[in-house]
Amino acid sequence: MIQSTSHDSSAHDTHHAPPAQFTVRVLRQDVPGGSSYWERHTVKRENDMNVISVLQRIAANAETADGEKTTPVAWDCNCLEEVCGACTMVVNGKVRQACSALVDKLLVDNPEEIELRPMTKFPVVRDLMVSRARLFRALQKVKAWIPVDGYYDMGSGPRVSAESQEQAYPLSQCMSCGCCLEACPQYTKIELKQEEGETAEAFQARQKEAYDRGFVGAHAISQVMLFNKHPTGAMNAGERLDALTAEGGIQACGNAQNCVAVCPKEIPLTTSIGRAGRATTVHVIKKFFDR
Amino acid sequence: MAKERVLVVGGGLAGLAATMQLAEQGVAVDLMSLTPVKRSHSVCAQGGINSVNDLTRQQGDNEYLHFDDTVYGGDFLQHQPPVKEMTEWGPKIIDLMDRLGVPFNRTPEGYRDQRRFGGTLFKRTAFAGATTGQQLLYALDEQVRRWETAGSVKKYEFWDFLGPILDENGVCRGAVAQDLVTMEIRTFAADAVIVATGGCGLIFGRSTMSMACTGSAVARCFRAGAKYGNGEFIQVHPTAIPGADKLRLMSESARGEGGRVWVPRIPQDPRPPKQIPEAERYYFLEERYPKYKNLVPRDIATREIFSICTEDGLSVEKDRLCVYLDLTHLPRESLNKLGGILEIYEKFQGVDPREVPMKIFPAVHYSMGGLWVDYERTPAGGLKLGAIKNQVTNIPGLYAIGECDYQYHGANRLGANSLLSCIFSGLIVAPTVQTWIASLKGKLAADQPAALYDAAKKRHQDEHNAMLKRPGGGENPYLIHQELGNIMTKAATVVRHNDALRDAYKQVQALEARAAKCSLSDTGNWTNQNVVFTKALWDMFPIAKCILKGALQRDECRGAHYKPEFSMPGIDASASPEERRRLAEEWVDTFDANTKKWLKSTVASLGPDNEPVITYEDVDTSLITPRPRLYGLVGADIIEEVWKQRQAAKSAAPKDTNGSHSEKSAAAAASAS
Repeated sequence: MIQSTSHDSSAHDTHHAPPAQFTVRVLRQDVPGGSSYWERHTVKRENDMNVISVLQRIAANAETADGEKTTPVAWDCNCLEEVCGACTMVVNGKVRQACSALVDKLLVDNPEEIELRPMTKFPVVRDLMVSRARLFRALQKVKAWIPVDGYYDMGSGPRVSAESQEQAYPLSQCMSCGCCLEACPQYTKIELKQEEGETAEAFQARQKEAYDRGFVGAHAISQVMLFNKHPTGAMNAGERLDALTAEGGIQACGNAQNCVAVCPKEIPLTTSIGRAGRATTVHVIKKFFDR
Repeated sequence: MAKERVLVVGGGLAGLAATMQLAEQGVAVDLMSLTPVKRSHSVCAQGGINSVNDLTRQQGDNEYLHFDDTVYGGDFLQHQPPVKEMTEWGPKIIDLMDRLGVPFNRTPEGYRDQRRFGGTLFKRTAFAGATTGQQLLYALDEQVRRWETAGSVKKYEFWDFLGPILDENGVCRGAVAQDLVTMEIRTFAADAVIVATGGCGLIFGRSTMSMACTGSAVARCFRAGAKYGNGEFIQVHPTAIPGADKLRLMSESARGEGGRVWVPRIPQDPRPPKQIPEAERYYFLEERYPKYKNLVPRDIATREIFSICTEDGLSVEKDRLCVYLDLTHLPRESLNKLGGILEIYEKFQGVDPREVPMKIFPAVHYSMGGLWVDYERTPAGGLKLGAIKNQVTNIPGLYAIGECDYQYHGANRLGANSLLSCIFSGLIVAPTVQTWIASLKGKLAADQPAALYDAAKKRHQDEHNAMLKRPGGGENPYLIHQELGNIMTKAATVVRHNDALRDAYKQVQALEARAAKCSLSDTGNWTNQNVVFTKALWDMFPIAKCILKGALQRDECRGAHYKPEFSMPGIDASASPEERRRLAEEWVDTFDANTKKWLKSTVASLGPDNEPVITYEDVDTSLITPRPRLYGLVGADIIEEVWKQRQAAKSAAPKDTNGSHSEKSAAAAASAS
């Protein structure tokens, strides 16, 4: 079921010894909306390296391949074991988690160079760091939670069959990394600029509004299916389907199926989208007749 | 009239539980975190969460035995009332998380499935695949998002807590923090500040912890006068996957599901593991601990794996220390429950652990120590809920919960108890904070003089500006961090020696002086990770020194703290019965003397010379009498016999008010050893 991951097919045929050092080309950008530029770094190869340890070496070295002083490359990471979703970036043209991008495997494809770019569907904060506020906003929009009465002790939750747990668990592993959105042709970048005299609150409100008009993306659609299948969550299924039929909802999906191909957790996103499509159709018809 | 506000720092399980509970009670919460809260380190917890359940109950289990396992596993170093309360809440907490939608694994009949974890004989652990921490965190994250959407919670993600703000009476009135994107420094007025910032694994360089686990927030409270308890108790997890950037956890659940630890009997046997016949494999945990086998408590498993490699020379590889953790004998279906962690191994090692035994070695994993916090006990020995003292540091208004408090795990934490303690402390701090706010009688933070906040902001802004103007050509913070990690890992992990600890302390002092001369490679004022890292590095030193000094002064073995010089060897089985009896009497005498001397919490505070000053505090052991921890010790039978006879003699004596408890603990001793 779990292949040695779609990323690196040629992992085991390393006939020749890996190089002693390699070049890393990083697409940098100093400020939001600023222009980007490439910077090259030389990194000494070590055992068990991943892209995170490469960026750590670059930060410690703070010198380009040409020996010029530079600032450490900014990037986002936390758990380093592919469960937190922070370190998403485009490595050798492919969106993925930097922590599970192993250097020796990347060097098999190209022994000379590793290329790092920020995701293109989110506004760049700096270098490889992007703002994924829109992604989290989508979870608010679709009400991705179980609306329990409260936190007092009310006994256990509903009985759940092993089969439905086995369906829910993979969907619940979504770590909001954004890979599915980067790969989606219908998900286009929304980047606003705070205007002069605009308060932070007003700017945030304007951003939310713009995000809500944009496509919610595969991750949010899949979360709707997760919560709508839960016995308690199902009680509010209609609200979530409403969100999916509103502007930026499921109708924006072009069925390119790129999302499922890049998901590092192998979440069956297209299955979720298919089910959501049927559920929203039924929901809309039902609402029409219930009027 | 101003409205009360609470600042929660850290959005892992503890911080989110507190936030959601406060929001439900109508208190406005500012939630601050270095990362989006959904990416907090709690996601890394794999195996599960402990509580008594309907099934184990019918096998003779109850809350009291969970309590007993926890304090026995922790070598009796934790105050007992909070632990008792926590284990009593266990079933309620699992039920709540179940209602919040956590996809716990199910039995064929649709009930929550349970597995067995280390340090207990019951299947007490509920789990969601092998990413239980992630699933619990997501459920709380979702609830907090619900409150955020409703407007009662405001999140400050990508913010760094710089320190608490204390008024002239030493009461915490808020905090200073910095936006990691814009680098803006601002103050947050708050009627209570709850620190929930997790462990400090980065002090050891590489560990199983996430990159946010620098301990800096805790250190900043320590610098402001908060006390730090039991710093020297650092849990080294027995099974981790070695890596260049971090040591990735291989959950205890791998052993809970039947995984076996072994090494080839022939040192560095070159054959592939599956070709080594059974007779030539040394299942050292099973042979040495026939009762608990591969599920001995973590400190013991760690030491055994460490010493089989270092002392017995039986490491699987020559250049790298490791042992086999073998799942290949288990049916594939049963391994599905472990999916998540096996995937991690496969992804990061490129080898399928279902086919080839994993290679693992211990790694720094959890800090039992943390900010000293108080509690109020009920006459029955539980916690008085809502009491103003619960979870509060020695600074009024400043609370600590989750891994960053020192309260629940004593000298060693049992597997699957951390998720429980995080959620528990998060839930109970909410009513306490409300009581505290009520006691302020309307004198809220919002009404404090602006000068209090302005001064705090100015101090931090000046410090920050000065850092950016540091001259070039100085020390490199990243390299200093590596050096610190090496020193700490060498001196203060599995085996500790006084001379090495003394040395390490001096080295750390020297390193701290060098760190003060760090140069920044980025002097800009936009998303400057260089300056943020350097600040965090500086704040690793006080905690590193608490760990080393606490370890140096504690001349005994307790839980995760192991000094061979002070270990108590077992009793030779070949001696005559009389001799064995005499030795056991001696053993128990030594044990009693040691308990008297060392069954005390280490409490560190920052001295005027900026070095930690250590005092000791008695531990409330009034509910379960501390007894020898005899997991697998040679001669345990005779020691236990002597021990029980003495206990019986003591309880027969008049004036024993805890009679019922002593009886119970004697029974528990019998069942647990």
